Amino acid sequence: MGSGMNWQRWLMIVPAVVFFAVFALFPMLMAVYYSGLTWNGIGSAKWVGLLNWGNVFHDGEALHAIVLTVEVMVLSWVFQTPISLLLGVFLAGRQKHRAVLGVFYFVPLLFSSVAIGVTWSYMLNPNFGLVDALLKSLHIGNGNQNWLGNTHLALLVVSMIIAWQFIPFHSLLYQGGVKQIPDSLYEAATIDGASVWSSFFSITLPQLKYTIITSSVLILTGSLTYFDLIYVLTDGGPGNATTVLAMDMYKQAFVNQNIGLGSVLAVILAVAGVLLSILTLRFTGFNRMESQLEGM
Amino acid sequence: MMVTDVAHTNANVGLKTRRRRRPTWYNVVFSLMGIIWLIIAFYPVFYMLMTSLRSQQGYLLGIPWLPSLHPTFENYGTVVQAGFAHYFLNSLIVSVCSVALIIACSLLCAYVVVRSRNRIVRIIFDVFLVGLALPIQAAIIPIYVLITKMGLYDTLLGLILPSVAFGLPLTLLILVNFVRDIPNELYESMGLEGASDFRLLRHLVIPLALPALISVSIYDFVQAWNNFLFPLVLTQSDSSRVMPMAIVSFQGQYTMNVPVTMAAVLLSALPLILAYIFGRRYLLRGMLAGFGK
Repeated sequence: MGSGMNWQRWLMIVPAVVFFAVFALFPMLMAVYYSGLTWNGIGSAKWVGLLNWGNVFHDGEALHAIVLTVEVMVLSWVFQTPISLLLGVFLAGRQKHRAVLGVFYFVPLLFSSVAIGVTWSYMLNPNFGLVDALLKSLHIGNGNQNWLGNTHLALLVVSMIIAWQFIPFHSLLYQGGVKQIPDSLYEAATIDGASVWSSFFSITLPQLKYTIITSSVLILTGSLTYFDLIYVLTDGGPGNATTVLAMDMYKQAFVNQNIGLGSVLAVILAVAGVLLSILTLRFTGFNRMESQLEGM
Repeated sequence: MMVTDVAHTNANVGLKTRRRRRPTWYNVVFSLMGIIWLIIAFYPVFYMLMTSLRSQQGYLLGIPWLPSLHPTFENYGTVVQAGFAHYFLNSLIVSVCSVALIIACSLLCAYVVVRSRNRIVRIIFDVFLVGLALPIQAAIIPIYVLITKMGLYDTLLGLILPSVAFGLPLTLLILVNFVRDIPNELYESMGLEGASDFRLLRHLVIPLALPALISVSIYDFVQAWNNFLFPLVLTQSDSSRVMPMAIVSFQGQYTMNVPVTMAAVLLSALPLILAYIFGRRYLLRGMLAGFGK
């Protein structure tokens, strides 16, 4: 048999290659081509070169979408990382009640972004929603805050809901990371009389370095793709206060039927995704992430 | 595996004795934070459940944060009558077919990537790795055009094909890592007896890579089941509607009937809820597939 390639082996890789080439690679290349067209998707297309690229930045809407995407990235990281880290450390302890709490912590992972979006849009409804009713009964605020309809609040609220959805996932990563830390390190620190604080900062945090990087990069790359939740919660509004890049791309291509402009935004998304992932490989490498699942 | 298990048992003992020695203020603060997060994480889910058991009247007049005194299953009946069994079946067909195709294609490909030193195979694998980085959103416009031109717009097959393509990179990467761990001697001893590649796959690779196959299947199932962008762009009619789309159009139809919509939301997560109840570890491991191992 050896390690060469016979016709059987070529045959074995054909299905994967064909699927990927036809439905992923080819569309990706076509997106670049479409970005140079004036086309509504149905009628005849006209090649206009870089005109769409000029137009998309001309009115500032695309720049606005890029700025919002970066804002969501930063907010997501700030909301998710500290809480996930603390929860991961908490859950890596072995007491019985933590195991029970842990069962309930991860339930949000079972719901799709659509399901989560629909539920939160009801809970935040200014007329009959749970959140305002609760705040009113606690005499906090006026009891009819329009959380998702307020231009200044919407992006913040959306980012918090995103955090609610993804913190369970990241705390699982951290829980796995903490369990990989050799216990002898803590024992030595205890003998040296180190406080809980100092062992957290001088042992736990440094040992979690790669987990922190992995989780952070996942948050950053994930921020490019938040679409479902925003579509359901605000549809990009109010105005365009939550029209992030992916949302803008969808609107341009499928609502305004401007395939060319939409494709420009799609290409920007793809380039951003690849750049962020190159950073992933540079900083972490997949080999260093191995075996975080053991002991779960 | 063995070694780490022993290490964990030791860690376990070590932690316990340490905690017992000092049940101090930080333990109290930590536990308090744990409970606060429990409320934040779980209460919205509890809200889904209790609201789905209310009548419309009870929803408008009752205290929103407490469960109803007279729970009713009526809303679930309404949801089933609205055709959700059909949408559920559609989702099941799309998800199961996607997972089966993703796993079959990636397993065959992973085997070849591990077993041959061919340069072209290397390059193909590298291209798949680049594919990991590409967001689905970036390709959706050409996929829409392609699927329409193939005459597959508004069909379940039109949802399955691109889902498979975008499921391949991560699945392939995980399976390659696993198949690589199988010792070369095992291939060689079976190879000496004249076993073909397909025999090696069936009797050596599949049994040994089974845990990875299960994890990654769950991951792919969750992705396919919860996917929203493909159905939103590639389907239209009632006959090819899947669960996430059904919830959105349901919400539009029953804008003010929150209890019925909450029942629909819970039904949409039913397979994952059942998986969580019966195989929590498998499900969580599956959802982390690729980010852990």
